[in-house]
Amino acid sequence: MRQFLRRQRYLIDYSLSALARRPGKHLALLLVYTLVVFLLASVMLFTQSLRREAALVLAQSPEIILQRQIAGRHDLMPAEYLDRIGRIRGVSAKYGRLWGYFYDPAVRANYTLMVPPSGSPAHGEPAPGDIVIGAGIARTRGLEVGDYLSLRSARGEPFAFRVAALLPHSTELVSTDLMLLGADDFRRFFAFPADRFTDIVLQVRNPREVRKVAEKLSLALPDTRPILREEILRTYDAVFGWRQGLVFVLMGGMVLAFVIFAWDRAAGLSGEERREIGILKSIGWETGDVLRMKFWEGAILSLTAFFLGYLLAYAHVFYLSAALFEPVLKGWAVLYPDFRPIPFVDGLQVATLFFFTVFPYTVATIVPIWRTAVTDPDAVMR
Amino acid sequence: MLYPMRQSDLFLRAVAAASALLLFSAVDAGLRARAAAPVIAQRSALVAALDLTDLALFTEARYTRHPSQADLHSAFQDHPMALEHFPTGSLVPAPIPGRPLP
Repeated sequence: MRQFLRRQRYLIDYSLSALARRPGKHLALLLVYTLVVFLLASVMLFTQSLRREAALVLAQSPEIILQRQIAGRHDLMPAEYLDRIGRIRGVSAKYGRLWGYFYDPAVRANYTLMVPPSGSPAHGEPAPGDIVIGAGIARTRGLEVGDYLSLRSARGEPFAFRVAALLPHSTELVSTDLMLLGADDFRRFFAFPADRFTDIVLQVRNPREVRKVAEKLSLALPDTRPILREEILRTYDAVFGWRQGLVFVLMGGMVLAFVIFAWDRAAGLSGEERREIGILKSIGWETGDVLRMKFWEGAILSLTAFFLGYLLAYAHVFYLSAALFEPVLKGWAVLYPDFRPIPFVDGLQVATLFFFTVFPYTVATIVPIWRTAVTDPDAVMR
Repeated sequence: MLYPMRQSDLFLRAVAAASALLLFSAVDAGLRARAAAPVIAQRSALVAALDLTDLALFTEARYTRHPSQADLHSAFQDHPMALEHFPTGSLVPAPIPGRPLP
């Protein structure tokens, strides 16, 4: 065993010297390799963090939301539908929601205007003329508590709202563009019909009854679409899924380019490398030794790239709030939540990243070497 | 007489240090996730209190602000042949066939 370890150490010594003999080439490769691992790991850590957070936070969203659809498009919900639903076993509460969007041309941002549900423990309905706003709106419009926000209503009249409170900064991920206002203000501002809601919320205590309740709703009100909490969670699982969305868009082309680059670098042996192998064999190295030496060359490069790339990605995502991704996620949005991702690291994902970044390169370096190393040294040197 | 350190020793030490940092990052993640529990509780409480359904990550269009509430064909709502025109639309993937749709 000691003999084996000593042998590996000598091989590492030799491989490091061989790498140092062509520093420019190998440093360039290491840099590109590290960058690929860094970007892959950053996306992986960031999406995993958002996915877990979405699952934890949205687990509190309503069990069932009922939307009305006309000609396949979302429409306002008549208040009488609350009566038509009647009493369904398992439904502990049902009420209409009032919410909508407002485009503010002053800052070119979309706000989500919402009336808090009556009896909401933390946020009761704001007094007439008052609003409670998310931190993103406050930041973008430069508003503080007591300031007035003037917006043009659906009828073209100016509405001046007084900022009564700000939603906590820590909740920005779910509330950055929220503007809470009273039901009367909401209806007057949007000229919203008095007998309509945006949609209906149904609370179901027993999770096993949710599907049954949704089936009954579809039968009783065929022009509606029930949206279940599990579907909301699944939507976010799909949006931030590994191998989906973000990862594919950002990574696909770049990873392919690197694979071609690495394959070209690893598979095509230069004349100099062939000669080196010939000389090593002629002075007594066995084929196995040459393979081990080249294995170490690949392993040193890929291990270094993995460690550097992963650790830089960890710092980027969790200490610098994934600053490089902000422009991508922001798109054309003016309001973007200021939040720091919470590190939910999945060990299996890190292991997968390790496997897919370290092994393919190491193996790709060995195959062409094996082909050269099994041929006659004299023929290789010529 | 002191011999200079062998290159393999340097490399193995660097690997050991990097592995230690990797372990440290896992411990750091655990500690920070635990420290963030009150923040998550606050966000969850707001979601429960206001019946929120979506993260406010993509606020540029209504079907990216509330992907779970949007029409299934909302990307094409302006015109049947219209292509996706919001940058976020390329990050929020289309529904997967075979899965129950939101």
